[in-house]
Amino acid sequence: MHLGVSESMRECEYSQISTRCSTPMETPYKKRTPKRRKWESFPGRNKFYCNGRLMMAKQTGVFYLTLVLILVTCGLFFTFDCPFLALELTPVIPVIGGVLFMFVLGTLLRTSFSDPGVLPRATPDEAADLERQIDVANGSTGYRPPPRTKEVVINGQTVKLKYCFTCKIFRPPRASHCSLCDNCVERFDHHCPWVGNCVGRRNYRFFYMFILSLSFLTIFIFSFVITHIILRSHQNGFLKALKDSPASVLEVVVCFFSVWSIVGLSGFHTYLISSNQTTNEDIKGSWSSKRGKDNYNPYSHGNIFTNCCAALCGPLPPSLIDRRGFIQSGMPQLAPPTNGITMYGATQSQQSHMAAAATPLLQQQSSEPVILTASTENGGPLPGRTSLNLGGPCTSLPLGQPTPPTSTPSLSCHEASDMLPIHGHSHAHNHGHTLQEPMAHHHFLTPEEVPSPPGMLPCGSPMGHSHTMQAGFYNPASQDSLHEDSVRGLVKLSSV
Amino acid sequence: MATEFHNLQELRHSASLANKVFIQRDYSEGTTCRFQTKFPSELESRIERKLFEDTVKTLNNYYTEAEKIGGQSYLEGCLACSTAYLIFLCMETRYEKVLKKISKYIQEQNEKIFAPRGLLITDPIERGMRVIEISIYEDRGSSGSSSGSSSVSGSTAR
Repeated sequence: MHLGVSESMRECEYSQISTRCSTPMETPYKKRTPKRRKWESFPGRNKFYCNGRLMMAKQTGVFYLTLVLILVTCGLFFTFDCPFLALELTPVIPVIGGVLFMFVLGTLLRTSFSDPGVLPRATPDEAADLERQIDVANGSTGYRPPPRTKEVVINGQTVKLKYCFTCKIFRPPRASHCSLCDNCVERFDHHCPWVGNCVGRRNYRFFYMFILSLSFLTIFIFSFVITHIILRSHQNGFLKALKDSPASVLEVVVCFFSVWSIVGLSGFHTYLISSNQTTNEDIKGSWSSKRGKDNYNPYSHGNIFTNCCAALCGPLPPSLIDRRGFIQSGMPQLAPPTNGITMYGATQSQQSHMAAAATPLLQQQSSEPVILTASTENGGPLPGRTSLNLGGPCTSLPLGQPTPPTSTPSLSCHEASDMLPIHGHSHAHNHGHTLQEPMAHHHFLTPEEVPSPPGMLPCGSPMGHSHTMQAGFYNPASQDSLHEDSVRGLVKLSSV
Repeated sequence: MATEFHNLQELRHSASLANKVFIQRDYSEGTTCRFQTKFPSELESRIERKLFEDTVKTLNNYYTEAEKIGGQSYLEGCLACSTAYLIFLCMETRYEKVLKKISKYIQEQNEKIFAPRGLLITDPIERGMRVIEISIYEDRGSSGSSSGSSSVSGSTAR
């Protein structure tokens, strides 16, 4: 019996190697792999917390700085200034301060943690279908790639829809690809490092309420700290007042420097909301009357009040990316970006096409030709992508967006947008101003914009029939999974 | 004539996916959600034009209703703001309510109209509201795989 026990024990010891062990309890590996949620295999560069409930950009350092600044300043205010003010003036002051503080924190967290309106990438079928349509429209089967733009007339204005090579979709109007997060975002405003997320359709109103309430909070703290110091100096003299409450000095300094940028930014965004424009559009001057007599904003509702109400109180669309859904095996995998493949496949023709595509752009703004030349300096494959994607990552970065490269210039890059309000936020005047800085930054930005293509380059297929190859590549592999997916779709439909 | 299926069950068991058609978004009225009502040529032999157009138009109407900016949406927005958006922990937004209606409608349409013709509509929300995906099925027994090929009816093992 003793032997039997040791033998069974030995069997269990060997259970990890030998397949003879049949005791079900001892099987070390689970038979079923645990179900994964969709956020775990999200293709963009985002970070997820709380099992997919919260979503942020990859670089969150500046967000923590924002949080620390707000918490520390308000903490000092409530600890050192409020007792004095409550006694000398009225206890309503800390109450209002408290309410403002909670509102600021709430809107900040809501802006930072919510999905800005990310567009999910195309499934392989969709991508193949689009490629086919583009090839048909192009006609010839030569090496010349088709123009990846579609024109659409919206309320009388012609708008160009650009094709996103990463997400493999034609971007809806007002959408843009954020290269920091590597996602296409609907109604893309800008990528804000201070909140650690993109600002887009779904969180613009929270962002606006954050900066508005933060302006009020900053002004509130600033004015009451000054009042506190003045009241104390009446009692004890100025120097003694400063010695009694040293925290006030720190608060005044922080508030003084913040108030200019934050109040200015609020003013700028109030203007944007009332004219129903995004930061992107305003900086590019897309709807400015300087472009042409008939140039107007087709999205504006006509009057300021309706524009404001629509932006702040309009319906909030749900998230399109379903972060917490479970991945079903056999679901169509997303088509990976074809940057490497298309670049190699059509580099020469792309360059000639780049010139063709660039000519209308050259007439629009003085900044764009500079961007084109800057990108050619960076080597062969890049111009193809960066120029054709002018509507994409470039618009979200160099054209005055407060999107930083991932280094110290980041804070100064954001200042570009702060400079706008400081100089009186008259945008017509500032276009020349702000465009200088982003152009200088472009040399930082271009190599950094390209993290996805270099990743693709080594595995890019040999040049040549990139489109057809790619379309053919997916079909056989995915047909079985497509069938399973459709069956599952049926099951899902019938169970709704 | 294309194969006939009597219901979704039969479609599932005896059909194989032949092709997919994608109805793209129509941006001529701005960024509101609308789909093109142009009838795709691949469906010409499978379904009547009017039925297809009615389905797409109804879906467009639903989306317009969801995104409508008016008294009710303002009220909802202000109420939400005043409760610091905590109200959405217990209540659904209007958009979500309409999306539920849409998925019910699509399921209905699939059961009544599309499945009997060997077609299946995928809810646009599952494709990020970019496209309406219509899957075209062929009878598994048929040897050809093009959507227009005729196949022997009654060859399903039922």
